[in-house]
Amino acid sequence: MEQASLNAKKLKVRYFDIDENPSEHYLNAEKGLKSWLLTVDHKRIGLMYLASVILFFFVGGVLAVVLRTELFTPTENLMNADTYNRIFTLHGAIMVFLFIIPSIPAALGNFLLPMMLGAKDVAFPRLNLASFYIYSVGAIFALISLAVNPIDTGWTFYTPYSIQTGSAVILITLGVFIMGFSSILTGMNFIVTIHKLRAPGLTWGKLPLFIWAMYATSIIQVLATPVLAITLGLLIMERFLGIGIFDPALGGDPVLYQHFFWFYSHPAVYIMIVPAFGVISEVISTFSRKTIFGYWAIAMSSLAIAFIGSLVWGHHMFVSGQSELSTVVFSFLTFFVGIPTGIKIFNWLATMYKGSIDMKTPMLYAMIFLFLFTIGGVTGIMLGAISVNVHLHDTYYVVAHFHYVMMGGTVMAFLAGIHFWWPKMTGKMYSEFWGRIAAVIIFIGFNVTFLPQFIMGSQGMPRRYFNYIEQFQSMHQLSTIGSYLLGIGFLIIGAYLLHSLFRGEKASSNPFGSRTLDWMTSSPPAHHNFNYTPVVYNGPYDFHKPIADFTIGIAGSDEHHGHGETVKADKAEA
Amino acid sequence: MEYLTNFFLPSAESTYATQVDALFHFINIVSLILLVGITFAIVYFSIKYRRKSQEDTTPVITHNTTLEVTWTVIPLILILIVFGWGFKDFVEMRTPPGDAYEVHVTAYSFGWDFEYPNGVVSANTLYVPEQTPIRLLMRARENDVLHSFFVPQFRLKQDLIPNRVTTAWFEAKRTGEFVYFCTEYCGAGHSIMNGLVKVLSQEDFDAWLEEEAGRDLDALPLAELGRITFTSAGCAGCHSLDGSSRVGPTFQGLYMAERQFTDGTSRIADEEYLLESIIYPQRQINVGYPNNMPTFYGDTLSERELAGLVEFIKELQ
Amino acid sequence: MAQASSINKSRVQHHFMNAEQQFSSSKLGMWLFLFTEIMFFGGLFVAYIIYRSWNPELFTMAATQLDTMLGAVNTVVLIGSSLTIALAIRSAQLNDTKKIFYYLLSTIALATVFLVIKYFEYTAKFDVGILPGAMYTFEGIDHPKANIFFSIYYMMTGLHGLHVLIGIGLMLWLLVRVKAGDYSSEYYTPVEMTGLYWHIVDIIWIFLFPLMYLID
Repeated sequence: MEQASLNAKKLKVRYFDIDENPSEHYLNAEKGLKSWLLTVDHKRIGLMYLASVILFFFVGGVLAVVLRTELFTPTENLMNADTYNRIFTLHGAIMVFLFIIPSIPAALGNFLLPMMLGAKDVAFPRLNLASFYIYSVGAIFALISLAVNPIDTGWTFYTPYSIQTGSAVILITLGVFIMGFSSILTGMNFIVTIHKLRAPGLTWGKLPLFIWAMYATSIIQVLATPVLAITLGLLIMERFLGIGIFDPALGGDPVLYQHFFWFYSHPAVYIMIVPAFGVISEVISTFSRKTIFGYWAIAMSSLAIAFIGSLVWGHHMFVSGQSELSTVVFSFLTFFVGIPTGIKIFNWLATMYKGSIDMKTPMLYAMIFLFLFTIGGVTGIMLGAISVNVHLHDTYYVVAHFHYVMMGGTVMAFLAGIHFWWPKMTGKMYSEFWGRIAAVIIFIGFNVTFLPQFIMGSQGMPRRYFNYIEQFQSMHQLSTIGSYLLGIGFLIIGAYLLHSLFRGEKASSNPFGSRTLDWMTSSPPAHHNFNYTPVVYNGPYDFHKPIADFTIGIAGSDEHHGHGETVKADKAEA
Repeated sequence: MEYLTNFFLPSAESTYATQVDALFHFINIVSLILLVGITFAIVYFSIKYRRKSQEDTTPVITHNTTLEVTWTVIPLILILIVFGWGFKDFVEMRTPPGDAYEVHVTAYSFGWDFEYPNGVVSANTLYVPEQTPIRLLMRARENDVLHSFFVPQFRLKQDLIPNRVTTAWFEAKRTGEFVYFCTEYCGAGHSIMNGLVKVLSQEDFDAWLEEEAGRDLDALPLAELGRITFTSAGCAGCHSLDGSSRVGPTFQGLYMAERQFTDGTSRIADEEYLLESIIYPQRQINVGYPNNMPTFYGDTLSERELAGLVEFIKELQ
Repeated sequence: MAQASSINKSRVQHHFMNAEQQFSSSKLGMWLFLFTEIMFFGGLFVAYIIYRSWNPELFTMAATQLDTMLGAVNTVVLIGSSLTIALAIRSAQLNDTKKIFYYLLSTIALATVFLVIKYFEYTAKFDVGILPGAMYTFEGIDHPKANIFFSIYYMMTGLHGLHVLIGIGLMLWLLVRVKAGDYSSEYYTPVEMTGLYWHIVDIIWIFLFPLMYLID
């Protein structure tokens, strides 16, 4: 029991210098394709996720542009209604299940979480690799369904249409079912890692806010995803055996399916957006070089959102035929998600106040996030108001709202995150000039695409429409032009990031002057993250202290110490 | 001002629409103030506090209780107002006056039937008298899928479910024609499953109802009956008469044309083929069209209606 | 945990500081996993509760078609198997490798008995036309939604049966590793984790039995 009694131990620590020019790091520690495919290194797994989600974002994005092109005229111009329905379903399903859910948690989360905790890896590295392969298998099922008979039900798979349609529903729902397990296992892994693998001195109050966001996200993943799994399992059985639970033709209830589906899929919205909050907290504090305002408010509001967000699924169903009482209760609860969300936005603004603001590309995306996400948030309040919701439900207003949240929120934060941690991941810098140009183009393109959709939505344009009445044509055309602009913006990003990968300047270990542990190692990081065992004395946003105060630790890595206990030690001079 | 409200919302034509719009505008105005404030703060801070040198230092401000309470309590009050307001109007939208005129609505893929108390059925057009509360008793046809009835100008929307009755009500303020849509995705014909609500004066409505009730379908010539069946049975949902391609092939020039099937065979569209493809639509599938035509027409249409449809199609040369 | 204090270095993976940290991580991970299992079955329990509250009379009628005797026997069998696996863990703590093996073997035997009884229950129902959902042809219950009760019954007991099958697989793998001498009082995490899993499978059945068989 000697180790357990070390809680109040004295540690011999010293300052460490970070190797600015590492000859060996995680990218070259092992070589060959096998060293990637069988790696248990969280950083490499993170990069594999990153590559996959970018691939699927590209596919989903191309589908979106095809949809917008079809909608340039009120009637058929590229494809028939059947093809259109398949394409909008695939756009939704790919973006939700293959891109946005794993985007920040699995890609950035895997890469960053252990480093921010000062750990060498996640708690279960092999399980982590298995999660990636489970995700891949799910993705393969989804792709096979694409080749066989692409699904045309909408990404929500509502019964009884999903029971009756001739398209390959079983294949794609099986794919989503399998990917759900990847999400559950990743969430479990992160929770255990956060609880058990914190560096000495890294108490809960010193966790970076990205970690708090990931913690809240992981809880939702573990809580809600099993319900999606059982729902899709029942849907598969419905098609396979005709069990009838959701099929009105056999005495079942389609509204029950909607309850089950949204019980997962509404919290899933927070799986998508809460990690984005984490990224934004890191970026804004670093580029304002200022202590974050309201640390506990931001940390706890993530948990509050996770909790309240689990109780509001019925607001997707105000006109579905659920009882009026549930409608009123769900509406009431829905508004309370707005409070912690608002708190976050105000805290970020207060962080910028009297800061030293450096308008680099990640910060630019964080600003764009604040603007677009505010619009997404207030239109959410609009949709929560029951009487107005009756009018706006299933119109383009809803489409615009969730694109402002998911794309204006999560994707912008994802872009901020990629630009922020790119030097750490690759050891290379990208072109700041082109970074800003692309950010501006994306900002303009995004608003040109989705602002008109608010207007035509409130005018009554229903979503998922292949044909539309001529009154809406000018708005649709504006939206289509915006989508091309967006496409150009993303192509520019792709181009300069590729250029950076091969020709980019060497990045220093901490180019933006952050204070969290993920920056206290070389760029790219060493094979096991740190060449020393970090010990934490200072808060993650103590920008008033010199960076050297954050590279304290114990030489070697075989010292025994546990999870985040308070460290009482004298700092030895290096 | 009116231009602005019309820019955002279609004209308000039901009794409760104006109240719904008031909340819509209230939220928009509050949101706009909030958004302008936040945007101003972002822009102002990033100019005023831009980094001047790499040695910049910043004050340590970790929290400010007054400020934090303010930005928690004010939004809390606002959301409670919005909830209460929305709730109040919702109660009204869901509570029809006791003397409402009842219309039964049946939706199917891809069309609508509206049945009036005297047994008259109108297909795809809902006729109602003005300034009278109308209660809709709605269901989707058995073995069909979900649909949703949405009239933007009435701020009215309600899903229709097979084997279950859902209700909605409205009172149109004036006569006119108002478009309605299906807003629950239901397949290939979803976006053409729309039509008109025709609001008539009480006299016109009564006259229309009487004329419809008195019409003797059995006395009509076959092709004329076919024309009526074409709309009433919902064929118009998927088949056009002007040569354009919808969910299914157009009826124009169909008679005696050569049809290509997905199994590689082909056939001349004679009377026998036309009748067979109405009753057994899944036997031969035209190339380029989905296999999703309902199979119940052989049961739901009378012999005379079927023959009428064939005669009607023959006339569309 | 007594086992953690004496460190078995070879068993500690590189990113853990010591065996204690590794063991407590595994345990927390397992509990989270069991929690997801509860949510997973929870969906089905909710479907059950909703249909039962809509059609209380159906559930009373349909439950008479289930063989309470066989259900009760199976309950006893599963509780017995929970005991034997707990004894297997106890034997591991006492470093009695032989007994781990025999207790695991008896757990597998009991689990198999459970499945065999379930098989006879299922086939007896299939024979009279009580099949899930659309294939349901039984006419002994005068209720339009009788098929849905049995769909829920088959889904819940079927999913539970699948978990029993997975449990048997896990224990067979444990047997191989016990034979290879992999477990001792110093390291028996997989035995303990499988035990936790087996208890949850048992507990789910303890809920299923009264909810399905004992309605009146």
